[in-house]
Amino acid sequence: MIDRPSTPARHWVDRGVLAVGVLIFVAPAVSVFLWMLSLAFKNEVDNLAYPPVFIPTAPTLANFTAVFRENNFLLYFWNSIVVTGVSTLVALLIGVPAGYAIARLKAKKLLLVILVARMTPAISFLIPLFTLFQALGLTGSLLPVVITHLVITVPIVVYVVSGYFETLPPELEEAALVDGCSLWQRFRFVALPLARPGVTVAAILAFIFSWNNFIFGAVLAGRTTRTLPVAVYNVLTFEQVAWGPLAAAALLVTLPVLVLTMLVQKEIVGGLTAGGVKGG
Amino acid sequence: MIEGDRRRLLCFALPAVLVVLAVAVFPWGFTLWMSLFDWKIGSAAHFIGLDNYIGLASDTRFLWSIVRTLVFTALAVGAPLVLGTFAALVFHERFPLRGLLRGAFTLPMMATPVAIALIWTMMFHPQQGVLNYLLSLVGIPPSAWVYSPALAIPCLVLVDVWQWTPLVMLVVLGGLASLPTDPFEAAYLEGASRWQTFRHVTLPMLMPFVLVAAVIRMIDALKTFDTIYVITQGGPGTASETINLYLYLQAFSFYQVGKSSAVVVVFFALVIALSLLLFWLRKRVNYHD
Repeated sequence: MIDRPSTPARHWVDRGVLAVGVLIFVAPAVSVFLWMLSLAFKNEVDNLAYPPVFIPTAPTLANFTAVFRENNFLLYFWNSIVVTGVSTLVALLIGVPAGYAIARLKAKKLLLVILVARMTPAISFLIPLFTLFQALGLTGSLLPVVITHLVITVPIVVYVVSGYFETLPPELEEAALVDGCSLWQRFRFVALPLARPGVTVAAILAFIFSWNNFIFGAVLAGRTTRTLPVAVYNVLTFEQVAWGPLAAAALLVTLPVLVLTMLVQKEIVGGLTAGGVKGG
Repeated sequence: MIEGDRRRLLCFALPAVLVVLAVAVFPWGFTLWMSLFDWKIGSAAHFIGLDNYIGLASDTRFLWSIVRTLVFTALAVGAPLVLGTFAALVFHERFPLRGLLRGAFTLPMMATPVAIALIWTMMFHPQQGVLNYLLSLVGIPPSAWVYSPALAIPCLVLVDVWQWTPLVMLVVLGGLASLPTDPFEAAYLEGASRWQTFRHVTLPMLMPFVLVAAVIRMIDALKTFDTIYVITQGGPGTASETINLYLYLQAFSFYQVGKSSAVVVVFFALVIALSLLLFWLRKRVNYHD
């Protein structure tokens, strides 16, 4: 687009309109999170007050201690770390070479096969997998949850990474080929180091969407194998808890993701615009 | 590229392809096969041919869940497309703190859906919810929000729009960044007004990106489960029971494997039909420009 010449008056009107536009989009996005913060740090009197109290009169950490005292929150936190960590690592291990191969072979059809997993509603492959895991007697362990989370992490990694490898100039690898490097050496020592930013974005996105997933854990996890989102949902339904601890639990679950998003927002924006990937 | 590379590159891709086939595509064959059985977990399976499908054709609860899914999807695709395109135009401009504000705008789509669904549930609460308080400030009578059968779907759409408008913005923003500058200079020299430039230059060139966003958004809207499950569980009654919710109930509350497999097959046919429709639309748009 081009910059149109404009009068000072017109300029300030434009800036005003732009500021209003930014406000209209950013304010609703942020205010829900601010309300979450407010609920999590208010005492029960403030949370039940009408008209609502926006800024806590006496900020308290009681809601957070209640979450840890009354629930096995640390266990669920650990479960989430294991499930998300393992499924992201495995996805990187098998997805990065696959992304490289797809980029170099220009194998769009192969990419499509992998993306089918992203298009399919999760519940539809959960029915056969649930019956299978039950028949194998695996439903009490974390393994089924980890395996199903690969449906989220592998397509994201392959998609983002293959897009990144495509942008690398082929000359460097050709030079390495002339020097007698094998395919593995060209991948490992030439292409992979150059693709590190792409791999990082892929890992972050895979981590976030695996961390956020609810339905796989909801169906496959038992009492001791719940991931955090499942545990927080159960806090709501099975024990009639007050709003404060509930908001505190919600905040604890989503805080790592929010912090990660703000820290690397530029890279995430790049990775998402490249493909419009989303998990679950 | 040397000849032996091709085969070795296929070996590179093999593990990932196998995992996806095993976890996502293999269950497909299984589902198709199971949909021909009368099977409830814990009892023996009987082959019944197409009876599950015939049963679904007259199951009004299932048919209504399809209608609700289509209504939800139409609203949850249309609104973010319009809003997201405008948001992209806004964030394409240069202004202070743009990166930070854009990051803040994308927070809803990155946040854990269960967590934000819980917060929205509290906001929707008719007595203590903050939304009714905000309405009262501008003199609007309180609403029952998700507790009203008529409003349940629109409220869930509201949450979905809040959550996913940023994704449309990101896709269209990527499109805006890639547009050539010549047509804009030409339009300016021809004396086109800003609105004319937007309507006849920017928008047509953006259409392919908007349609990509539409495809992504449609697939995700059809898949929506977490927020609906947490906020309404398909209620009140069955007022917000979409196919996903109906499927979850049949499969994991009633353990009707045969019947729910048939639902999956019908559902997937619907997903594919709608995707093809959008792809066809995309071809037409590209053709005209």
